Amino acid sequence: MRPTRHVFTLALAAGLAGFASQASAQQTIKIGELNSYKAQPAFLDPYKKGMDLALEEVNAKGGVLGKKLELISRDDGANPGEAVRVAEELVTREGVVMIAGTFLSHIGLAVTNFAGQKKVFFLAAEPLTDKITWQNGNKYTYRLRATTYMQTAMLMPAATAAKKKRWALVYPNFEYGQSAAENFKTLMKKAQPDVEFVTEQAPPLGKIDAGAVAQAIDDAKPDAIFNVLFGGDLAKFVREGNTRGVFKNRTVVSLLSGEPEYLDPLKDEAPVGWTVTGYPWDKIKTPAHQAFVAAYQKKFNDYPRLGSVVGYVTIKSIAAGIAKAKSTDTEKLVEAFKDLKVDSPFGPFIYRASDHQATMGAYVGKIALENGKGTMADFKYVDGASMLPSDAEVRKLRPTETN
Amino acid sequence: MSVLAIRSLSKTFGGVRAVNDVSFEIAQGEFLAMIGPNGAGKSTCFNMINGQLEPDSGEILFAGRDIAGLEAREIWRLGVGRTFQVAATFGSMTVIENVQMALISHAHEIYHFWRASAGLHRDRALDLLEQVGMREAAGRPSRELAYGDVKRVELAIALANEPRLLLMDEPTAGMAPRERNDLIALVKRLVVERGISVLFTEHSMDVVFAFADRIIVLARGRLIADGDAASIRDNAQVREVYFGTGKTFAGAAP
Amino acid sequence: MTFSAFFFQALNGLSTASGLFFIAVGLSLIFGVSRIINIAHGSLYMLGTYIAYSFATYIGGALGFWGGIVATALIVGVIGALIEIVLLRRVYRAPELFQLLATFALVLVINDATLWIWGPEDLLGPRAPGLRGSIEVLGRQLPSYDLFLIVIGPLVLLVLHFSLARTRFGRLVRAATQDREMVSALGVNQAVLFTSVFALGAALAGFGGALQVAREPANLATDLVAIGDAFVVVVVGGMGSITGAYLAAVIIAEVKAVCIGIGVVDFGFMTVNFSKLTLVAEFLVMAVVLIVRPYGLLGRPQAFVRSIAEPEDPIRAAMPALKALGAVVLVVLLCLPLLAQTSPYLLILGIDVLIAVIFATSLHFIMGPGGMHSFGHAAYFGLGAYGAALLVKWLAVPMGIALLAAPLVAFGGALLFGWFAVRLSGVYLAMLTLAFAQIVWALVFQWEALTGGSNGVIGVWPPPPFDKAWVYYLLTLVLAVVGVLLLRRFLFAPFGYAMRAGRDSVLRAEAIGIDVKRVHWLGFAIAGCVCGIAGGLFAFAKGSISPETIHVSRSIDGLVMVLLGGIQTLTGPIVGASVFATLQDTVMRQTEYWRALLGLIILLLVLAFPQGIVGAFSSLWRKSGVKS
Repeated sequence: MRPTRHVFTLALAAGLAGFASQASAQQTIKIGELNSYKAQPAFLDPYKKGMDLALEEVNAKGGVLGKKLELISRDDGANPGEAVRVAEELVTREGVVMIAGTFLSHIGLAVTNFAGQKKVFFLAAEPLTDKITWQNGNKYTYRLRATTYMQTAMLMPAATAAKKKRWALVYPNFEYGQSAAENFKTLMKKAQPDVEFVTEQAPPLGKIDAGAVAQAIDDAKPDAIFNVLFGGDLAKFVREGNTRGVFKNRTVVSLLSGEPEYLDPLKDEAPVGWTVTGYPWDKIKTPAHQAFVAAYQKKFNDYPRLGSVVGYVTIKSIAAGIAKAKSTDTEKLVEAFKDLKVDSPFGPFIYRASDHQATMGAYVGKIALENGKGTMADFKYVDGASMLPSDAEVRKLRPTETN
Repeated sequence: MSVLAIRSLSKTFGGVRAVNDVSFEIAQGEFLAMIGPNGAGKSTCFNMINGQLEPDSGEILFAGRDIAGLEAREIWRLGVGRTFQVAATFGSMTVIENVQMALISHAHEIYHFWRASAGLHRDRALDLLEQVGMREAAGRPSRELAYGDVKRVELAIALANEPRLLLMDEPTAGMAPRERNDLIALVKRLVVERGISVLFTEHSMDVVFAFADRIIVLARGRLIADGDAASIRDNAQVREVYFGTGKTFAGAAP
Repeated sequence: MTFSAFFFQALNGLSTASGLFFIAVGLSLIFGVSRIINIAHGSLYMLGTYIAYSFATYIGGALGFWGGIVATALIVGVIGALIEIVLLRRVYRAPELFQLLATFALVLVINDATLWIWGPEDLLGPRAPGLRGSIEVLGRQLPSYDLFLIVIGPLVLLVLHFSLARTRFGRLVRAATQDREMVSALGVNQAVLFTSVFALGAALAGFGGALQVAREPANLATDLVAIGDAFVVVVVGGMGSITGAYLAAVIIAEVKAVCIGIGVVDFGFMTVNFSKLTLVAEFLVMAVVLIVRPYGLLGRPQAFVRSIAEPEDPIRAAMPALKALGAVVLVVLLCLPLLAQTSPYLLILGIDVLIAVIFATSLHFIMGPGGMHSFGHAAYFGLGAYGAALLVKWLAVPMGIALLAAPLVAFGGALLFGWFAVRLSGVYLAMLTLAFAQIVWALVFQWEALTGGSNGVIGVWPPPPFDKAWVYYLLTLVLAVVGVLLLRRFLFAPFGYAMRAGRDSVLRAEAIGIDVKRVHWLGFAIAGCVCGIAGGLFAFAKGSISPETIHVSRSIDGLVMVLLGGIQTLTGPIVGASVFATLQDTVMRQTEYWRALLGLIILLLVLAFPQGIVGAFSSLWRKSGVKS
């Protein structure tokens, strides 16, 4: 059995050799980024492209503080434990000055906690759970994307205007879906005390039994439906619901369904009339956005998805933050991000000092069909700042030692 | 006093009475052969005695205690050793480890977690292997042994708990005639030395007639004859079930 | 829910059942004949959906859709045959379960290949030409395509049933399912039989996947979802029984449909959302069935299958040379913190590798010497991790006590589940352990108030001085060395021998007074206990713990580590865990297509070392004449 140990030693030696090759003189500013690339490719593939575009633009203008930005991306295996390891790897082996990224809420939370513990600057790009900036927030973590609370709140005007009493809820059974459903129920009860929630369907993420779920909702005879499903679950649900007439004469209010990532696969079956948050990329005519789309299409010969915007703005935020801090020191970055103003394709926004949440908003509108494809009509941009609770309120939500 | 007494033992499989009201006894030190054509119920009978099967009715008295329905391992603990029709040893162990395993179990040391097994009961195991002529092979993996040698190792294992009764289901199955006689002669010598009683089934009639003290004959689940070699040889009913004619066993050696 | 609603949900269940049946039936056939647990079966199913999508959109129309489904089945069948000929045939003689490793690698490769060919976006195919609408049943709209599925499932079942009953091929398949050795004795060309059964199974999977093109988008996560479902259906129905597979599919689909139909129920003292039960429904069904009917609904006890692989060698105490080498490695590991001053990540990786070593060694303890192939070892890892983390979260106990509690919680869990598991053997035991692990997972996922649900428990960091990586590393090293040596010691002691005796021959072991079930039960619990240490260490190393820790992918990682190192050696799991953990760390840095890369490396290792890495080296050692 002696050779056994040989192999072990060899493996170890190979490992050591690998580590030896790290860190030479720093010519660049290294940004660490981690995400569930393999688990959520539909969103994250465009996201990666968005980051690449922003990186190219920043570096073409000479980078930041006279150095080029270098992005080191890793897959986090769609697993919080793995994500923490990857984060440590980025910090300790690659020597990155900060980390960014993550998609699924619970992974974002684990990395947030890691950042707080290890005093590493973390910009959460996409995870939506409110906890990242509120209950579990910390000094070192900022978040870009409009939260579950904000997006739900954006849909509230449409939900209350419909004046429907009986609501059915359908959401994926994990943090994001659960907290969206909770937010919706709380906000609805406040706005419309006589509201009744007739059924709640919580299928497992990625494993919806769409026919049965659609039927169960129909059987509960709701007047309106609040949907939080996305991705493959949404496609299955929409097809079954359409065939079974579940959406007929019912108001549907739905999170994220207007994002091209989730809307485009539905093609001509896009559920017309749903009020959604999303990204009508071909209809936003602001100069900032048109410049972004042109650059994106030129570089990738493809149209941007919402992921592209998130990836792009993540890098832009980082560049702006470092420039403002005039340093890559973590504490200085934390300070610099307070009320940091960033220009995005959606217009300028800031990172709030009070809860570290960006005020970048989202588009709210109704799904319509044009040329056999789903798109958004009657949409408008809702500024995130208008949806967020006041500084005093969020201070109560955050742990005391975070600011 | 008899070591083993079987009283009205019966077992039915899906309406077929595999063993039907069988009774017999084995005396201390007796070498008893159970014979019968295929399907006579020998193996069923055996498996009820060794605990693999539970009888439908009847008693199996070992040293005066009814052991019917006990687990195989409990019956072994009472002092019944056995060998298998298709020899079974622990393939991932050496020959001596196989014997040590039985000795460890006999000493109630299974749930010991600290001391290495290799040193336990080694001398006793070597001694047993010596007696079956397998001492030289002590360190070899048991799966490498020739079939005849496996049978010998099984015998050493079966003797490890100092049994009062040894059950051997076709101990010579699959062996060359020469080997058969050697093995049975070995068994006979060992049990005579120790005063162990043996119940064995056997296909080879010359082995049976040469070594058995007494013979019982099963046919279609029933016991049809019980006696010494000569009386069985001359028993018309036995001839009938074996040959359906008046032929004798003289020419029947396989 | 009203009766008509109930009845209608039952119809929904039947159409889902047909889908489940197609995933499962091929797996069942393949397992029955070749005893291969084909993890890549879900990947073949996924390929079916993608290929059918391409036919339906590029050719289009009725021909593209319906013709495409048939063509897809044929294409996937051919792919299956190629997999069997090119890959699996080379590893049939490897130790049991080793083929699983090969098919696991295929899962990784096929997934990335699919990503490369079809891209990341979900692809929703067209509705079925001719069956786009719905018909009215009980005042509700039932999609005509669902009706078609309800019919096609039993239809295929009948066709398969009669062709297995009436044809020579069918007789061979049935004979092989019952007794493989007999078939080879009959002079049947086993290679051709295996290839054709594998192709048939693959074609059925492809057909099933293709049929879904009208119902759901082609999606890159389908492979794992499908294989999970397939396992459950096959085991509930009984391995090798196609009627059983259909029956099981119906039961599971109906249970889920009814759970969804019931929805939220207010019991007064608590409100239960039954739709959340769908997360675990199939595993509850599986656990109940296996406890009541250990061989599945229509399965028969498996004939004893003599492994065609070489049985393992007797274990031997370490030679002085091995001991010396072990000491050197230990010294190097102890000195690692010094080396790590320039590259601190070394320690982080070191901690992960050591945790993997404890995990794999404890799994090997029952898999190798115990012969119990646990597919749910992650349960005990998770119980340990959650045990420790929850004590910190709710009772604010110090780390020392939490780390002590971790193995105890895991031990308790293993004692409970092991009691049921050791009553089974082979693949049924594997599946029952998997079911238990999924139940634990679902419990942790669902019991939000206690466990934090999908978020898990965060903020479980070690207190000073253990917050320094090198101190925590040394703690991990000490526990790993203690754990590994302890298990090794047990294996050389009478208990370990008794465990192996029970594995080698239950009859013989029982005949020398060994209570095999009890010994194996205790072995199972000990393995769970040691595994719990790994879980506890993991929680503090990551500062958080989430349901993923218990998920089936971690259990499979454990199997891969053990098999990669060599199941028949004692040092195998140590090497396997080290190699796999390091490999994963290295490979995952290549963000794009790292899965395919990992899969290809495993495939190479599988083909180069069919007995595992250590297994291969030790036989090389023996052949060179040096007795170790």
